[in-house]
Amino acid sequence: MAKYLLIESRDPFESNDVENHYALASSLAKDGDTVTLLLVQNGVLPARKSARTEALEKVAKAGVEILADEFSLRERGIDAARLPASVKKAALDVVIDHLEDGRKVVWY
Amino acid sequence: MATKKKLTFALMDPPFENARTVTTMRLIDIAARRGHEIIVFAYEGAVGHAFAKQAKHANAAHGHDLAQEDHPLAREWVANILAASQAAGGKIDWINCGLCVDERGVGEFIHGTRRGSPADLLKAAEGSDNSLVIGTRG
Repeated sequence: MAKYLLIESRDPFESNDVENHYALASSLAKDGDTVTLLLVQNGVLPARKSARTEALEKVAKAGVEILADEFSLRERGIDAARLPASVKKAALDVVIDHLEDGRKVVWY
Repeated sequence: MATKKKLTFALMDPPFENARTVTTMRLIDIAARRGHEIIVFAYEGAVGHAFAKQAKHANAAHGHDLAQEDHPLAREWVANILAASQAAGGKIDWINCGLCVDERGVGEFIHGTRRGSPADLLKAAEGSDNSLVIGTRG
């Protein structure tokens, strides 16, 4: 099965396309692919407890690993210690790690 | 240190516009510091990143003169990435799409970047271990 890194940089409160991206991640994972969803920039906002956090939790339940760029979290005053259990902070280096590993990396 | 790879990045966003540019530069910088062989294909507004005539400015609203404002310039970020790559034993071929350059009149590039064509992107993608396209999004 394929391995994917999907990068989401948009705020789900601003763009409904983010939900479609979450759905893509979930579908790939349910099909047996290895999927990581990396949140960057305003894409990290649902990692702060809010009305959009539940959608992120559903993605994790589908088997997607969810990471949040620690720099983007700090910029937005989101305490990494208070992230939902389904979201782990990560350095942006993870993108290069996955490119090196040959994963399909897609930035939405 | 992982085995050195050949990685292609295609950039579309113009400088001075959005956070995606900063994230993109951070990514290429990480790859450069790992000594990878990198191809950057800048197209559409992204050809402005390496434009040599970008200039710092004072900011009267902030009450800052030129030195105090210390305005960040994309061309300096590009130059720093090129230097980081060289220091790490890597290599960067920074290509500015000629069609997009001509449309915008930004043909004066900083040293270490060059003019190219969309065909270069195809060759780069075919010859790379992996590629990442960073397109403009609404």
